[in-house]
Amino acid sequence: MRIFKQYRLALIAVALIALTLLFSRDTGLSAVKTVGLSAKEMLLILPPVFIMLGLLDVWVPREAMVRFMGEGSGLLGGLLSWIIGVAAAGPLYVVFPIAAAFMKKGVKFTNILILIGAWSTMKVPMVMFEFSSLGARFALTRLIVNIPVILIMAFILNRVLSSEDKEAINQRAELNG
Amino acid sequence: MLGMILFVGLIVAFLSPEVISRILGGSSGWVGVLIAAIIGSVSLIPAFVAFPMAKILLDHGAGYMQLAAFVSTLTMVGILTLGLEIKFFGKKFTIWRNVLAFLFALVIAAVVQKVVGNAYL
Repeated sequence: MRIFKQYRLALIAVALIALTLLFSRDTGLSAVKTVGLSAKEMLLILPPVFIMLGLLDVWVPREAMVRFMGEGSGLLGGLLSWIIGVAAAGPLYVVFPIAAAFMKKGVKFTNILILIGAWSTMKVPMVMFEFSSLGARFALTRLIVNIPVILIMAFILNRVLSSEDKEAINQRAELNG
Repeated sequence: MLGMILFVGLIVAFLSPEVISRILGGSSGWVGVLIAAIIGSVSLIPAFVAFPMAKILLDHGAGYMQLAAFVSTLTMVGILTLGLEIKFFGKKFTIWRNVLAFLFALVIAAVVQKVVGNAYL
């Protein structure tokens, strides 16, 4: 019963897809295909990410992370966060555990925000698809506008979250990261 | 997570490019932009599926402004992954980040419209 409850949504979706297959084969097959691609992306990306996180935890000393990306890391820290973000592969939800692990290692909050921003919408593998699909002008415009947008968002988030909020987030990172 | 992936697959299959393009057409204006932004927010589609899909929509008459809104919220707003984000960053952060990302997606759409317009490339 508990297993049923936990996978309620998935079971309903499977039933709906089965029904669709029954009534309209093409629509159903297209649904199965999209599901397959999304699942593949998740399965291919998550294991290496968690291995890397494990290695980061063991190999990279906290002092190094603090020096390069922590308080007082200045422009270089921001730039590094941005580079890690755009070099990433994988959907938005992958960045949350990574960002938490970075926080645990003493990376500055603003740099965490830059990492999440750059990762979400400027990562190179994604942008390559954008260039080939929607054209250079579209992709370049969107990217250039996104640079100030990410910084403004980081600034606002940094402002609206009190130091207690940030402390609470830090504690979450200690627990989950 | 499994349930979300299954549901998105189903929804994507049901909406044909023709239907989406009509809703998000170049003349659909800000209503189209809002709809596109909402669709992008609740979707969870890998880039290698989303961008070829966006290209098909463009070829069927969807507007650049609407597509820019869709791409922006697709990448920055994650309604389906709210639970995961809250787990790592808490409610306040998550709500603020997603709301801001949604609003800025509209700004980005407006700028893309200004620069790219309806001129075909």
